[in-house]
Amino acid sequence: MFHLILFSVFAVIAVAGALNLLIQRHPISSALSLIVVMGSLAVEYLLLGAEFVAAIQVIIYAGAIMVLFVFVIMLLNAGVEERTKGSKVAFILGFPAMLAIGLLVAWVLVRAPNVGSVNIGAMYGPPKAIGWLLFHDFLLPFEVTSVLVLIAIMGAVVLASPVRSRFSKPQPEAESRQAFKVAAARDAAHEETISSRRSS
Amino acid sequence: MVPLHYYLVLSAILFACGVTGFLIKRNIITIFMSIELMLNAVNLSFVAFAARWHVLSGQVFVFFVMVVAAAETAVGLAIIIAVYRTRETLNVDQANLLKL
Repeated sequence: MFHLILFSVFAVIAVAGALNLLIQRHPISSALSLIVVMGSLAVEYLLLGAEFVAAIQVIIYAGAIMVLFVFVIMLLNAGVEERTKGSKVAFILGFPAMLAIGLLVAWVLVRAPNVGSVNIGAMYGPPKAIGWLLFHDFLLPFEVTSVLVLIAIMGAVVLASPVRSRFSKPQPEAESRQAFKVAAARDAAHEETISSRRSS
Repeated sequence: MVPLHYYLVLSAILFACGVTGFLIKRNIITIFMSIELMLNAVNLSFVAFAARWHVLSGQVFVFFVMVVAAAETAVGLAIIIAVYRTRETLNVDQANLLKL
């Protein structure tokens, strides 16, 4: 009963945060409501006994990833998104279709027999057990993940660094052309003086 | 004692919210946040199934999903910065160079 009450409270908070993400027009408001969703999902993980997952949910998602989002929103000075006319098909067909699919999924899930239930405290996911599994059964995926993260770091640095001389660098080129012209004129004048001196 | 359906329905609702945000939002950063919301919904059903069947592998999968999401966020936000630098806008409707 206690489990059910806690689950319901934080499920309502999570869904409210997700809907707020859709309703808000400013990206900062959306980001903050996404943090609310992630925090309440961390509590849901704790209720399921997944301590390690709850901890990294708070540390990685609500900490690192959302800080990155907020940082980029501040950096790009993102304002309120302007309304544009979307496709008519999305409004006529999309929303009823999505509602129908959602209702169908919920109906199937509720009607399915023998799915069972989860108890509070029935499952225990301490960091030690997760680490053992990670370094024995999932060692190769773990190492591949480290390569993936390395590539992502390099990709982020390359993509976000300022553009160098490949597409648009008109100013230095013009300057060098100017310098070349000046040098050519000076050389010509020099030649002329030499030849005039020779002839005289 | 909470039936497993409840967790799955909550996960489905969050996923549907993410899909809706991906479709109706016009700001590229908010679209990216909707993708994160979908990943979170999938993580919730992973953890719920892991708790139901008493298998820890589900939680390890959640760890991998989080790592991939972090990498995706880093690269995606770098791409957003690059797009903003060339096009001076965050509106996805104005990035229509490939449109006829």
